[in-house]
Amino acid sequence: MTIRFTEDHEWISVDGDVATVGITTFAQGQLGDVVFVEVPEAGRALTKGKDAAVVESVKAASEVFAPVDGTVVEGNQAVVDEPALVNSDPQGAGWFFKMTLANPAQLDGLMDQAAYDAFVEGQH
Amino acid sequence: MRYLPLTEADRREMLAAIGAPSVDALFGDVPAAANLNQPIAGLAPHQGELQVERALSRLAARNVPAGSCPSFLGAGAYRHHVPASVDQLLTRGEFLTSYTPYQPEVTQGTLQYLFEFQTQVALITGMDVANASMYDGATACAEAVLMANRVTRRNRAVLSGGLHPHYRDVTATTTGVLGVDLVTLPADPKGIEDLAAAIDDKTSCVVVQNPTLFGHVADLTPLAEACHAKGALLVVVVTEVVSLGLMPSPGSMGADIVVAEGQSIGNGLNFGGPYLGLFATRDKFVRQMPGRLCGETVDADGKRGFVLTLSTREQHIRREKATSNICTNSGLCALAFTMHLSMLGELGFTGLARLNHAKAAQLADKLAAAGVTVLNQGFFNEFTVQVTGDAAALVDRLAAEPLLAGVPVSRLHPGQADLADLLLAAVTETTTEDDMDALVQALGGKQ
Amino acid sequence: MNTQGRKTTPDVESAAATDVGTYTGNRALVHEEPLIFELDNPGVTGVDLEAAPAVASRLGGLKAREGIGLPGLSEPTVVRHYTRLSQKNFGIDSTMYPLGSCTMKHNPRLNEKLARLPGFGDIHPMQPQSTVQGALELIDQLAHWLKTLTGMPAVAMSPAAGAHGELCGLMAIRAALRARGETSRTRVLVPESAHGTNPATAAFCGFTVDAIPAEANGRVSVEAVKAKLGPDVACIMLTNPNTCGLFEPQVKEIADAVHAAGGYFYCDGANYNAIVGRVRPADLGVDAMHINLHKTFSTPHGGGGPGSGPVVLSDALAPYAPLPYVVHGADGFRLVEHEGEVEQGAQPFGRLKAFHGQMGMFVRALAYIMSHGADGLRQASSDAVLNANYVKARLQDLMSVPFDGYCMHEALFDDRFLKDTGITTLDFAKAMIDEGFHPMTMYFPLVVHGAFLIEPTETESKATLDQFIGAMRHLAGKAKAGDAAHFLAAPRYTPRRRLDETAAARKPVLRWTPPAA
Repeated sequence: MTIRFTEDHEWISVDGDVATVGITTFAQGQLGDVVFVEVPEAGRALTKGKDAAVVESVKAASEVFAPVDGTVVEGNQAVVDEPALVNSDPQGAGWFFKMTLANPAQLDGLMDQAAYDAFVEGQH
Repeated sequence: MRYLPLTEADRREMLAAIGAPSVDALFGDVPAAANLNQPIAGLAPHQGELQVERALSRLAARNVPAGSCPSFLGAGAYRHHVPASVDQLLTRGEFLTSYTPYQPEVTQGTLQYLFEFQTQVALITGMDVANASMYDGATACAEAVLMANRVTRRNRAVLSGGLHPHYRDVTATTTGVLGVDLVTLPADPKGIEDLAAAIDDKTSCVVVQNPTLFGHVADLTPLAEACHAKGALLVVVVTEVVSLGLMPSPGSMGADIVVAEGQSIGNGLNFGGPYLGLFATRDKFVRQMPGRLCGETVDADGKRGFVLTLSTREQHIRREKATSNICTNSGLCALAFTMHLSMLGELGFTGLARLNHAKAAQLADKLAAAGVTVLNQGFFNEFTVQVTGDAAALVDRLAAEPLLAGVPVSRLHPGQADLADLLLAAVTETTTEDDMDALVQALGGKQ
Repeated sequence: MNTQGRKTTPDVESAAATDVGTYTGNRALVHEEPLIFELDNPGVTGVDLEAAPAVASRLGGLKAREGIGLPGLSEPTVVRHYTRLSQKNFGIDSTMYPLGSCTMKHNPRLNEKLARLPGFGDIHPMQPQSTVQGALELIDQLAHWLKTLTGMPAVAMSPAAGAHGELCGLMAIRAALRARGETSRTRVLVPESAHGTNPATAAFCGFTVDAIPAEANGRVSVEAVKAKLGPDVACIMLTNPNTCGLFEPQVKEIADAVHAAGGYFYCDGANYNAIVGRVRPADLGVDAMHINLHKTFSTPHGGGGPGSGPVVLSDALAPYAPLPYVVHGADGFRLVEHEGEVEQGAQPFGRLKAFHGQMGMFVRALAYIMSHGADGLRQASSDAVLNANYVKARLQDLMSVPFDGYCMHEALFDDRFLKDTGITTLDFAKAMIDEGFHPMTMYFPLVVHGAFLIEPTETESKATLDQFIGAMRHLAGKAKAGDAAHFLAAPRYTPRRRLDETAAARKPVLRWTPPAA
């Protein structure tokens, strides 16, 4: 299982043919208490860097972008029903959607854990 | 200058603390060519309160207040009696001089009345939820069309020929720049148009006014069903909100969005503004709503309190992706509305509506008895009268008496010869029987 | 990723109970006031109506409505209810309210008195024009002041608020571009520091928004603008003085560059109050600018409105001003309401509002303008700028300043001085409430981290400013000394402590509902 990160603070964890996508621990901390989440429906085609989901706190709103091209397999109804999961377990139960990969080579352009940690450090 | 507390000594001391040689130095970033070194020429200098009051009172005296003579003006603005306590309370400085409640701990007063206001609007419209107000009924109407487009992901709105032309024009101006396709039905003075026939699979909403501009009232249930059958929303516009005390609520007839002009309750005529846009909808559409919303929560001690909420829809967070660019609302007009409606209560509001309707019926009967044609079968407190000759000329002539006979349809639908002899006449609780007789005499000649 | 999120739940542990407890829950002057629905006494009303004439209903077969659910309250109950609610609010009448960008200045009561004269308050918008000549002349007089003060040739009076004025300005620009046949100009340049209404309005008007980054000194540079200009640019929306409280020194060069590229200059006039009588926007190359009468010209904010946002227009945009408008003819003033009535050359882009504009606000604004006069308006701007610089000068050693030098009418600080204290801008604001002040604008502009935007306005005396400065220095000292608990538990003395905004947003309760039976 590989995990990769984008500069927009999404994570993507690949397990076989299917990848899981969410926002990072750092990102949820920047947003504050998440109060609303909108996830894509199964079957929707996603394009790398384009809108895939929405996450809102009380004072901030952000799009969640697709880290790579692919098709949605499942949106996480649990975070829609309980947005607090994005704060309490952002890189676990707080995932946003699962997707298939149209072009797995796109993963090579994303950051690994060490590179992302350094990237976040540089944001301060 | 009475509004400015600083003395010359204060200013010198403050400049010294700043370390600036002069106030002019503080404006050092202003390009030299644009930096004025003295008051702008051709404008009067400051004046005392007495002088200002004298000058503006002189202008006021050159107008004929609607309350100073028999008046039958309506068409989107109505003269009702507002209890004295409403205006007295409105001018309390803590209401009048407060800002948008961004710091909820020190604005619970504003927030609680907004919560109460939202509830009252939801109740009278028969809807689930209402926002904290828009600029006026016409801008709320335009916003309703845009919201219906977002909800349905469609781009074609059908506007009834009974819709106030100013509402139609504001909607056309606002939605036109976004390429919205508007299907506008012709003026409908007889209340016979077939709106359902105009709905197709691309229609996002039908906008219908009830009572219409011409005063006709309708059961909108069949129209709502026709909309929903095609996946379109029904937007109901109410320009005389007192009608909601007697007529079935738009919500009970199947409306998806209700917009209204709330001026009638709590607010004076004010020559057209500031007024109060009401905006209500179903729970499921709340995230597509424009405007501020107040919600209930608890504080750190667990006590009930109120905050602005769901703000991520709004411009200060969503910026170019906001549901609307609206920021300022009609807060003080909403306060006047909610205070007046609290004063009326269930008995007063329904009683006021019945009184308005009964008086209008009385006038209609008097006109009919005098041989004057009233086009309406049904109406609330306003109807269309057919006069002999040009209605606008007649109204102008009667204004000299003074008698404000109503709004000639040609002022709203200009250039249509078939409408030139039509007059909109409104009656409220402020209309006396003497007023009615004066109008009957002016229009019909016999009493 | 938007990084302006912040804590929106109260810190319950630090919220030490302050109540010793009373039977009623009231605390002397501060009452626990129920909702009007909870005060319901069915059968009671606060309004006595005359008996309705006995006539047959003419409701066209509709069934009369019953059971709306409104509560029954007597007049004294209503008066007490709203009086108690009012006591839970800060207003500019009660305390210094230095809300940056919002301009909380004194609201003279003469304005209120005059707006209520029957000759202004009780005239119908559709009265024959012969019966409202004084009202039309008042609009014309206010228009004359606004045009002369700004140096602009025309003004559209109907917009209902600042954002509505922005819409008016952008629609005029769109109409002018269409008249030139340049429909491909679809991009609007908006600095990152702009009010949210600017990008929202541009999008609401069908344009795409292109952000211009702010320079390190808080200004917009002509180079940054030039880098974004092109044949598809419709206009720039520039706030001046800007949202950092700074005058844009290159504003004229920016205007010239935008004009040379075929675009227009929309100026967000939210901060016009800093320069009235000292700078005429026309001299800066402005094509359109809204004027918030509720900021610059003292009409009351009323808990969020109503506003009024007349838009001054250059010669290039004047022909496209919306309907209706007032003209001066041979036999008095005339209201032009329809396209068929317009004079030669005018091509109004449409209509923005049901009627003619916010007349009630026009009366108030004109009363204020006449009270101040040309000399007083200039003095008010000067004092507003002096007051802000005084606050900045007296606080900049303890608090952190993102941009050096003189400011205009508002002093901007950031949260660097709170680094490692565990205290945020929000916590600091809540402690200011306990000191009896309404907090400044916080977390805006977005280009500064944890912004404190302080706008004292010309209304404040030196004594009030000194007390405010003393309180701010006291709090900054406490913060630096590590007394985080003082801030985290604030406010303590308000009718409500910190409110749980997270809960409000996660499970919205937007209206009262009757308790389940």
